[in-house]
Amino acid sequence: MSGQSTVLEVQDVTRTYQVSHGLFGGNKELRALRGVTLSLKKGEVLGIVGESGCGKSTLARLLLALDKPTTGDILLDGRPVSKTKTGIISRKVQPIFQDPYSSLNPRKTIGSIITLPLRVHKIGNAASQREAMLEIMDRVGLSTRFINSYPNQLSGGQRQRVAIARALIMKPEVVICDEPTSALDVSVQSQILNMLQDLQVKYNLTYVFISHNLAVVEHIATRVAVMYFGRIVEQAETEAFFRNPRHPYSQALLGSVLTPDPELGVPDPDLGTVFPDPLNPPVGCAFHPRCPKRVTVCDQRHPEPTGDRDDFVECHLFGPANS
Amino acid sequence: MIDASATAVAVKPLRAQTVLEVKGLDVRLPTQSGILHAVRGVSFDVALGETVCVVGESGCGKSMTSLAIMGLLPNGAVRTADRLAFSGKDLTGLTERQMSDLRGDKLSMIFQEPMTTLNPVYTIGDQLTEPLFRHRRIGRQEAYEKAEAILERVGISGAKRRLGQYPHQLSGGLRQRVVIAMALMCEPQLVIADEPTTALDVTIQAQILHLLKQLQREFGMGMLFITHDLGLVARLADRVVVMYAGQVVESGPAKDIFERPVHPYTQGLLRCIPIPGRTERGGRLGAIPGMVPSLIGGIEGCSFRSRCPAALPRCANETIELQDLNGSHSYRCVLDAAAGNDAWKRNAGSMEKTA
Repeated sequence: MSGQSTVLEVQDVTRTYQVSHGLFGGNKELRALRGVTLSLKKGEVLGIVGESGCGKSTLARLLLALDKPTTGDILLDGRPVSKTKTGIISRKVQPIFQDPYSSLNPRKTIGSIITLPLRVHKIGNAASQREAMLEIMDRVGLSTRFINSYPNQLSGGQRQRVAIARALIMKPEVVICDEPTSALDVSVQSQILNMLQDLQVKYNLTYVFISHNLAVVEHIATRVAVMYFGRIVEQAETEAFFRNPRHPYSQALLGSVLTPDPELGVPDPDLGTVFPDPLNPPVGCAFHPRCPKRVTVCDQRHPEPTGDRDDFVECHLFGPANS
Repeated sequence: MIDASATAVAVKPLRAQTVLEVKGLDVRLPTQSGILHAVRGVSFDVALGETVCVVGESGCGKSMTSLAIMGLLPNGAVRTADRLAFSGKDLTGLTERQMSDLRGDKLSMIFQEPMTTLNPVYTIGDQLTEPLFRHRRIGRQEAYEKAEAILERVGISGAKRRLGQYPHQLSGGLRQRVVIAMALMCEPQLVIADEPTTALDVTIQAQILHLLKQLQREFGMGMLFITHDLGLVARLADRVVVMYAGQVVESGPAKDIFERPVHPYTQGLLRCIPIPGRTERGGRLGAIPGMVPSLIGGIEGCSFRSRCPAALPRCANETIELQDLNGSHSYRCVLDAAAGNDAWKRNAGSMEKTA
């Protein structure tokens, strides 16, 4: 996939929120993203994994231009997002959210939900919009009898198909999928995953696939980025990552995946319960309080990324010789 | 590993003693469009020291089964059973008062959401000691000492300080540990856990499950685990009960269910999940087409037949009973077990990575 043009570039982005700390406590800074750099080539599927509170969803919001970075910039087709009109961004970047129950307006019909993006952007007339709707409904496997139904008449899987149809009707370049299958049953999850994969090939889409389910990420992603506490701590090609995860946190994540092997028993990830407080970030590597492999330097200096842009690990164990 | 002295207290020669018997459990819920038959003739049992997992998709009746056992069904629901016994004691005849004497004492439950199971206006210490004050004659100081000991046992550091804290001061993983500690306060014989780790991150899920397994070895209690996660079931269960549309469609030892599944639904579920290193990356996952039938009114014939790849004409009108395979493994299907197994192996072979 190398040689393809870069669609989306995230350059050392940080996002800081001001959190009120009681009446006399004043405001404190919560650093949700602490310097994230990413680049996404056309046709790639980038899986982003990490636990709740690591900044995955903040990053998704920034990529969708629903929020602005505190510092750093995001480039879409080489143009900074901060200097681009939201209308232009939303033509190229579309979201699929986790919960198909709250992401669809309960008072609009399915047909109206799916065609809304076309109407907002004033693309085509009523007839061509209807045609586009029928085509996309067919693609995502939604029967046309749902056109006049309301979301509450649909099952979870069908609703997620509606959300996907709405995202794809604009023929976007990038689709940000934020946990698109975690609210669904396994048999429905596999249908949606198969479909997302078919559509990706069909329209040559670029996905950012955010998930906490590593098995799903392994299945669909071409590259994996592991986030911890607002930073990407490891990035690698999917196959290399699953063969040889380097960061101790990646290893713990991978070790915690419960594959259906009855002989193996429950794994013990050997991590402590000391979670970093985003209001008082630990000195040095953010993972050191839980890391089973920490060395002396870990609580003193922040590790520098080792490797290149698309394949790196941020850990002292891999850094240049520490003195 | 736990040393022998620690386990000696709990695991007496009771290992094989049945602590929960469920036979022919039925739950009916009145709805606007008719009676919803949520649980239809479910039978299984749990022994001390054993983990039984009930697995199925949403709406299959697994949570209703657990609530029916605890006597916590919603208002208006009707529970009937041929036998529902806890430690040999019949639960169907108990009054609400007697049932509540049992809950939180010898029979306890862990719910899914650690955010909503804890009361936000009481301290951890107050909530942990509540079951002791309710079920035991115990002094305040002794109760708090016990609470502190249990908190340490579930891996919470600075237990004494935590007792005075409120739930919002704890992270999700710690809260779930507190909920587990609460369930263990009175040394229960059976813990029913309904998706206790679904809301947690994978690393924390593994930690919590590991802890539960360890505590089970220590206390010797039986565990009934309700979940939709097949990976978790494989790693945790001694025996598995697969539910579909309110019925048990297959049950047996975990090894049998995962290596030699017979029922087309169990096989279908197992094909749906991607497994790192085994399912072909970017390849197609198995899928179960169609939808779960409505449970309002009766279902004639096999409830899975509309989605079943191997359905026969007779599946539509015959009542299909559970068939015993080898004394421990049973399934609800007209198919011959050997034929079912062959179909599984053929498919499994084609799904393995060829590289």
